[in-house]
Amino acid sequence: MLTVERLTKRYGSAVAVDDITFTARPGRVTGFLGPNGAGKSTTMRMMVGLTWPTAGAATVLGRRFTDLPNPGREVGVLLDASAQHAGRTGREILTLAAQTMGLPASRVQEMLAKVSLTDIEAQRRVRDYSLGMRQRLGIATALIGDPQVLILDEPANGLDPAGIRWMRDLLRSYADRGGTVLLSSHLLHEIEVIADDLVVIGHGRIVAQGTKADLLASTGTLVQTRDGATLTTALDSAGTTYTGHGVRGATGITTLRVDADPEHVGQHAARAGVALLELRPAEGAGLEEMFLELTAQTQREGAVA
Amino acid sequence: MSTTALSDVTTPTTTPTATSPTAGAHARIPVRRLVTVELRKCFDTRSGFWLLVGTGLAAVAATVLVIAFAPADQLSYGTFTLAIGKPMSVLLPLIALLSVTAEWTQRSGLTTFSLVPHRGRVILAKGIAMLTVGVVAMVLAFPLGALGNIAGTTIHGLEPVWDQTVTDLAYYALANTLLMAVGFMLGVLIRASAGAIVTYFIYAFVAPTLLTFLAMGQEWFRNAQPWVDPNYSQDALFHGGFSAEQWAQLGVTSAAWLVAPLTIGLVTLLRSEVK
Repeated sequence: MLTVERLTKRYGSAVAVDDITFTARPGRVTGFLGPNGAGKSTTMRMMVGLTWPTAGAATVLGRRFTDLPNPGREVGVLLDASAQHAGRTGREILTLAAQTMGLPASRVQEMLAKVSLTDIEAQRRVRDYSLGMRQRLGIATALIGDPQVLILDEPANGLDPAGIRWMRDLLRSYADRGGTVLLSSHLLHEIEVIADDLVVIGHGRIVAQGTKADLLASTGTLVQTRDGATLTTALDSAGTTYTGHGVRGATGITTLRVDADPEHVGQHAARAGVALLELRPAEGAGLEEMFLELTAQTQREGAVA
Repeated sequence: MSTTALSDVTTPTTTPTATSPTAGAHARIPVRRLVTVELRKCFDTRSGFWLLVGTGLAAVAATVLVIAFAPADQLSYGTFTLAIGKPMSVLLPLIALLSVTAEWTQRSGLTTFSLVPHRGRVILAKGIAMLTVGVVAMVLAFPLGALGNIAGTTIHGLEPVWDQTVTDLAYYALANTLLMAVGFMLGVLIRASAGAIVTYFIYAFVAPTLLTFLAMGQEWFRNAQPWVDPNYSQDALFHGGFSAEQWAQLGVTSAAWLVAPLTIGLVTLLRSEVK
């Protein structure tokens, strides 16, 4: 369990993180999504005591991170896979983490196996690692203390498609065993595949949060029929809202965007005896459109889409 | 789609599963363990390893050079310990300096300070580790000097001269420790390898030369130098035999050039953001 309450960071007059409140729950993967510069990394650094918040607090398992006696045993942290002494070998970096936490040396070998770094790779210095290998090493460092909570900043960066799948499976099984995962990303597809819950941030503020299912469902359903009047009557009587996308003159086909899932629309159509021409989730039901829309005002890049 | 509506979406309620990966209390990380880790970190990189090996080799080389080139009548234990002390006094402070700056320049501090979110304890552990390095260096330097003294005088067919008392050796160890402390202080204050190393070389090599010229030309500075120039009083330690006034001078220069900047460095280090 990871709780962030009214967390704020100001640099002079600039506000990097503005009154953020959310909770990452056990057994769930919480995606922390936002464009570059939105304040994700600053928020994560504040969670682990590397940056002092201007206001607010973050607690892990009910305690502030700095009050944990041996933080690595309770919270696995990966903030930047490249932030390692380039002259150390991968094995040495894991050994240092294990020694700091007071773990047996055998954990190092276990972790290397878990993240699929071979013995030869582990003997190489980190300066010769690809970004993907550094991410694997960083994940190993985060997991070595067998923590209950994981805080990962852009862990999928630099991973190839197979690596991303591996990461997804790893985090899924970790959460399924009751672990709490918070991972940030600006890679929309990535988060959509991995996360159960979403916290979307833009320009330091939370612009949306909830379960992935809820957030995606809210984009609605597109339905087409020749019998628009009967369908709208049925939807009205069911109390379901919709917006008309017009009637194509010659064919008389009505298109509606309904604020409900396709099953709901289909059932009401069937009950009213309306034949449907098309019934599908509204276009852009994917997270990408939602993400771009939600962060449009606050995004630095402007019109990316 | 309205963004305001979405931010009000109710947060999910899930039943936490019974088995968490781990549970239970963990003991606080003892400083002793941090010292061990910090010692290891000094020498587990290629640069750290060669700095250590280089210090050892330079000490041996200094001993050999004294035997080969020093006039036979000047061979004494003191000659050897002074010669061995020279490369050590240059290289040991660099080890101390890098032990701090690497966390920022190599950015390993992101891991270090999130595993131990109390920077003061990490810096304390680093300080103790560096003190240990200094003590070990002295423990090795004294017998090495003795070996050199015996070997040198034997080669020249002379009786070895043991002109160093335990007190002299203590002065010598204090001088080296203070130099390491200066390196450590610069690391804490500057927190960037390149900048700290340059500053250290200016402190240890450029400034003393310039100040010597200044003292030769200006009488007022010649009188003031023992009270303002940290190198002057530190260098005197290598030769021992301090008077009360000399201790006072060492105290004044150390307070101004070591304790004060170290305090400023520590305060900013504890408050700064680790990125």
